[in-house]
Amino acid sequence: MSPNTRGGAFIMALYLIFLMLPIYWLVNMSLKTNFEINTTVSLWPQAITFEHYIKIFTDSSWYSGYINSLTYVVLNTIISISLALPAAYAFSRYSFVGDKHLFFWLLSNRMAPPAVFALPFFNLYSAIGLFDTPWAVALAHCLFNVPLAVWILEGFMSGVPREIDETAAIDGYSFPRFFVKIFMPLIASGIGVAAFFCFMFSWVELLLARTLTATNAKPIAVTMTRTVSAAGMDWGLLAAAGVLTIIPGALVIWFVRNYIAKGFALGRV
Amino acid sequence: MDKPVNNRAWWLVAPVFAIVAFSAIIPIMTVVNYSVQDTFGNNQFFWNGLGWFQELLDPSTELGGRFFDALWRNLLFSGIILAIQVPLGILVALSMPRDGWRVAATLVLMALPLLIPWNVVGTIWQVFARADIGLLGYGLNALGIPYNYTGDTLSAWITIVVMDVWHWTSLVALLCYAGLKSIPDAYYQAARIDGASRWAVFTTIQLPKMKRVLLIAVLLRFMDSFMIYTEPFVLTGGGPGNATTFLSIDLVKLALGQFDLGKAAAMSLVYNLIVLALCWVFYTVMTHSGSERPEQGSAA
Amino acid sequence: MASITLDHLAHAYRPDPRDPQDYALKEINHVWRQGGAYALLGPSGCGKTTLLNIISGLVTPTQGRILFDGKDVTNLPTEARNIAQVFQFPVVYDTMTVRENLAFPLKNRHLPREAIAKRVEEIASRLDMTRVLDRKASNLTADAKQKISLGRGLVRSDVAAILFDEPLTVIDPHLKWQLRSTLKELHRALDLTMIYVTHDQTEALTFADTVVVMHDGAVVQTGTPEELFERPAHTFVGHFIGSPGMNVLPVRVDGATAHIGDVAVRLARAYPALPAGEKIELGVRPEFATLARAGTGLPVRVKRIDDIGRARIARVEIAGHAAAAMVPDGLALDGDRAGLALETRQIHIYAGGVLVPGEGGVG
Repeated sequence: MSPNTRGGAFIMALYLIFLMLPIYWLVNMSLKTNFEINTTVSLWPQAITFEHYIKIFTDSSWYSGYINSLTYVVLNTIISISLALPAAYAFSRYSFVGDKHLFFWLLSNRMAPPAVFALPFFNLYSAIGLFDTPWAVALAHCLFNVPLAVWILEGFMSGVPREIDETAAIDGYSFPRFFVKIFMPLIASGIGVAAFFCFMFSWVELLLARTLTATNAKPIAVTMTRTVSAAGMDWGLLAAAGVLTIIPGALVIWFVRNYIAKGFALGRV
Repeated sequence: MDKPVNNRAWWLVAPVFAIVAFSAIIPIMTVVNYSVQDTFGNNQFFWNGLGWFQELLDPSTELGGRFFDALWRNLLFSGIILAIQVPLGILVALSMPRDGWRVAATLVLMALPLLIPWNVVGTIWQVFARADIGLLGYGLNALGIPYNYTGDTLSAWITIVVMDVWHWTSLVALLCYAGLKSIPDAYYQAARIDGASRWAVFTTIQLPKMKRVLLIAVLLRFMDSFMIYTEPFVLTGGGPGNATTFLSIDLVKLALGQFDLGKAAAMSLVYNLIVLALCWVFYTVMTHSGSERPEQGSAA
Repeated sequence: MASITLDHLAHAYRPDPRDPQDYALKEINHVWRQGGAYALLGPSGCGKTTLLNIISGLVTPTQGRILFDGKDVTNLPTEARNIAQVFQFPVVYDTMTVRENLAFPLKNRHLPREAIAKRVEEIASRLDMTRVLDRKASNLTADAKQKISLGRGLVRSDVAAILFDEPLTVIDPHLKWQLRSTLKELHRALDLTMIYVTHDQTEALTFADTVVVMHDGAVVQTGTPEELFERPAHTFVGHFIGSPGMNVLPVRVDGATAHIGDVAVRLARAYPALPAGEKIELGVRPEFATLARAGTGLPVRVKRIDDIGRARIARVEIAGHAAAAMVPDGLALDGDRAGLALETRQIHIYAGGVLVPGEGGVG
């Protein structure tokens, strides 16, 4: 790679400190008592307390918030990937009537502002009885994630030589068997990358998730803000909840760390 | 790129088409429907033609005024964050460690802000920047620098811009890093043999090879900053006054706060059309720059 | 312009090398004459690219020195060495025109603009690229791009040597020949030292005056193409050069006679002092082995005859060992029995793979 310099390490260190500073402060706050937060500004807790975390783990609405979030995120990831796989294959292998326009139209949905869709989605999912279920959020997020998954997978699939398809056909593989047994393992890292991105956008998006849920399917991040606003300025609890919502993301990153670089180029370098 | 023509490929695309159409076209129809009607509540609607659109696109009206204010504010915001995040992202990517455990560790730390739910990003910066309990706010004031993002417009803007830089620069950096990783060593060796300076290596090798990923980065960052909602909403709620009311915040205020469905719908459509038009421009540029790339070994 | 001396040079990629297998490049002493055309020939992983990178300064050797015209450059960086290199895959600066590409090394060295323009024109005409000077380099074919890489080396009047790292890998076969003769011409016209790394014997033998054959991190033979052909110093060279390669048969040598199983072969020289415990082999190129009617020469069984265009090659079995031999025109075989005539003076004896000079005889 690039000729690295000592200056590079210095810049990197500064950047990482910049990234970690607010997170450190959040963790710091989550371990303080509210009395300490409101009276002094200290760089580390004078008396470490886990009361906020204990409160979160003993309250069932927090617990179910986590389950709700993970349910719609996983549902969305599965739906997005399984629909995007055949479509990406079609885009990468064939040209057909309207393919370019369709591809652009799909992509343009990734760019559509969620705020535009908040109210109509509310009407739509209320009308078909999915309001306040994980399905509503999972389907709504498909609007952004399916196009993205198609785009990423198409990039990876175009890197697989077409001769492989032809060889498999000659060897007597049926298309579905070829696709599952031969083709999917070849683009496994692409599928992982697409799943990561679906997970990521579904996990971090809140405008739609908040609009489409009320009580039963309330996501964790919404639970967090609502509990806090009801209880006044409970900064310690808010910080603890914030720390807990960072953890799933951090875990996912850890598992895909070796694919991050390629994944962020969406298979297109 | 001589892909065989096969219209049966539509069957493979049909499920995606169906679900995206379900999620995009039906709601858009609802929006179009609202945008041409007016209501006095009680679920009674009547035809208003293009009235809302005329009002929206006329800066002298109340609706048009706030729309254009939000639009310019949003464009300014997008411009600023692009001007910071793109060079900074490139710089960070160039500063990546070369190999070993440091790469993995750096990547994980860098990607962390990208996977934090957007309202939590707002919360993190709220507790970090508040003048009474936050390290940043308290620290700045203690140093004698007046800083209060809830009351002062400049402070609010700086906070939101820094927050966005914190949140998204890693995306640009990771994209650029991926671009840099794809450059074969031979290019660097050739440049050394040719006596190229560090700056010449950057402008003649690294930047051209990053062009494609940079386009993706600019596209994603521009679009996402153009629809930013959650983070500033949590941090400033659009204030002080309307100083940080971006398009999406204004739209949600209009639709879910004031239930001005007709106005909100008209605004949605215009907003969406602007995004679509910009998207088209970027897409054209991107596919064009892609087709320029010659195939290895083909005859000129 | 310079001669390049490798003085007790060796390299290991491991930090703490002990036994010889730790070395990617075993100790080597060699002088590359000024103005010579050299080929560095060997299979993948034999250390030839490591050697090239040491010469160009991209790798610093673990031990030994490298001298340019007697001046020690072992620790000098690439840019201070006055060498040019053409890589396996064409390296051109995509955003620049061909002219700007060629001018780039001179611009970096802050030459006056008129001098640069003049030199670029001159080199472009040598490379026959004047017509495309103002085209974007990225839109050219692979062979044109390789010529640009070469040209970036040639524009520098101070260049000591040009290194080629398998430069024809991505070139269409029908253009390879053309590019190679361009190289030969330039070599003759410009009196430059050229070192050409390849694993393709045809490229090496047609390009170079002197071929250096490497195997397993060590130089096994240095010589002209004729020497490599007629007197391979190592069975590896015999195998690697020539098509088909040299016949290598295990033998027992007794004075001036070799025994392949129970077949006796008369030798031109005597080998009284062969080292004990080493594997003794007889090597003879198929070109010096001719098939004959049964009953003459050594008795063999013919397995198959291949027509390779310019000649017919017989695959035979002699005392249970496979060998190849030429089939003379008009030879009529009956059954699979035949005889084999060897050119006695072209028979070599190897001990542990290394050529053993015999005693007496001629040649």
